[in-house]
Amino acid sequence: MIQIDKLQKYFGQLHVLRGIDLQVKKGEVLSVIGASGSGKSTLLYCINGLEQIQGGTITVDGVEVHDKGTDLNKLRQSMGMVFQQWNSFPHLTAIENVALAPRIVKKKSKSEAIEIAKKQLVHVGLEDKLNVYPSELSGGQQQRLAIARALAMDPQYMLFDEATSALDPELVGEVLETMRLLAEEGMTMICVTHEMGFARDVSDRVAFFHDGIIEEIDTAENIFENPKSELTQKFLSKVR
Amino acid sequence: MFDYNFHWRPVLKSLPDLLEASLVTLQVAVLSMIIGIIIGLFLSVIKIKTRGLPKWFATCWIELARNTPALFQLFFFGFGLGALGIHLTPFFIVLAGLSFNNAGYLAENFRGGFNAVPETQIKAARSLGMNLWQAYTRILIPQVLRIVYYPMTNQFVWAVLMSSLGMLVGFRELSGETQFFASKTYRIFEYFAAAAIIYYVMVKLILFVSKLLAARLFRY
Repeated sequence: MIQIDKLQKYFGQLHVLRGIDLQVKKGEVLSVIGASGSGKSTLLYCINGLEQIQGGTITVDGVEVHDKGTDLNKLRQSMGMVFQQWNSFPHLTAIENVALAPRIVKKKSKSEAIEIAKKQLVHVGLEDKLNVYPSELSGGQQQRLAIARALAMDPQYMLFDEATSALDPELVGEVLETMRLLAEEGMTMICVTHEMGFARDVSDRVAFFHDGIIEEIDTAENIFENPKSELTQKFLSKVR
Repeated sequence: MFDYNFHWRPVLKSLPDLLEASLVTLQVAVLSMIIGIIIGLFLSVIKIKTRGLPKWFATCWIELARNTPALFQLFFFGFGLGALGIHLTPFFIVLAGLSFNNAGYLAENFRGGFNAVPETQIKAARSLGMNLWQAYTRILIPQVLRIVYYPMTNQFVWAVLMSSLGMLVGFRELSGETQFFASKTYRIFEYFAAAAIIYYVMVKLILFVSKLLAARLFRY
């Protein structure tokens, strides 16, 4: 379980997250929606410790992320992250991209790591691209590669940071399809997204961010059919 | 037309010595590159990542290496340290001077390389649980090395040619050896012409090998 209490985050003078309370249970799919700059992505970076926080706590399976004694490298293995700019490693082939972390972080043998990598690449539908370099893959394929790479660490949670925002429109579908597949398999997911269709169909709950706070959080159905907050209504009327 | 008769025989006779000396040239150039790359990497990371004294130190090194004559840098390690009672052999004077120079130039190349790799690559690596060292050595530096590969080749060629300054501190590399024979036989033009050809062939070989290596290393 991910438990967030009174989270405060500043970038210099800028108050980005102003007291976030949030709980994500095992097996839950939470979508985070809201305007750009409302702090959605920052939240994900805070959850896996890529950003420092200035107040409150984030606890993942009982481990406090920003505690000085926490082994972040170990904790991060339980949280896969997928970035907006996919960030495949350009100097490695697809299978090397996926096998690297299992090998050097989890200390698996080379053949074991390759086995894991193959399995995950099949999982995301890239079985015919094993020995291809990222530069020869489309954006959608690179993003699926990034998903496979994260899955290869056998994470308990997956964090998606606007995974489809940088893609050409015709490539969005294949990535959403892969995310949908993961959700069906029971993966716990936090998806920062602008894809309202995905948020509505796939998520258990949806959180609407506004100006560094969670303005409203509810089941996907309630958020999209009966939003209580005026701000949520306004936002949804604009994006629909 | 010329009031001069060329005499190539002495050159041919000492050709084996010249070739042996060119191996010394190559040796000192290669070693100075290895040392220069390692120090240059550290200097560039220090310059990018730190403030205060470490940054000042790296900046001074880079500025001195790039903006003073290479010969003076060599003299520093020869006569400068000599005046302080530290006497290096000619080989180490040249090695130290070239390494100092290489590190300074390469540091600036590397800095450009580091800036060219998106910061998010490190974030992606860290998000997979890699520690900072793994993220640097497995993800960042391989990409940087590719970007700076050709500037690095240039620096290597430069190091081979610069090592000829070694003759002024008594180092018997190719130029020193050439000078030695030239003054012994007074066939100055012939010897230096032959040495120039050897330098030329050496550099061409280096460029050829680096091209082959690049094709093998960088398949993306």
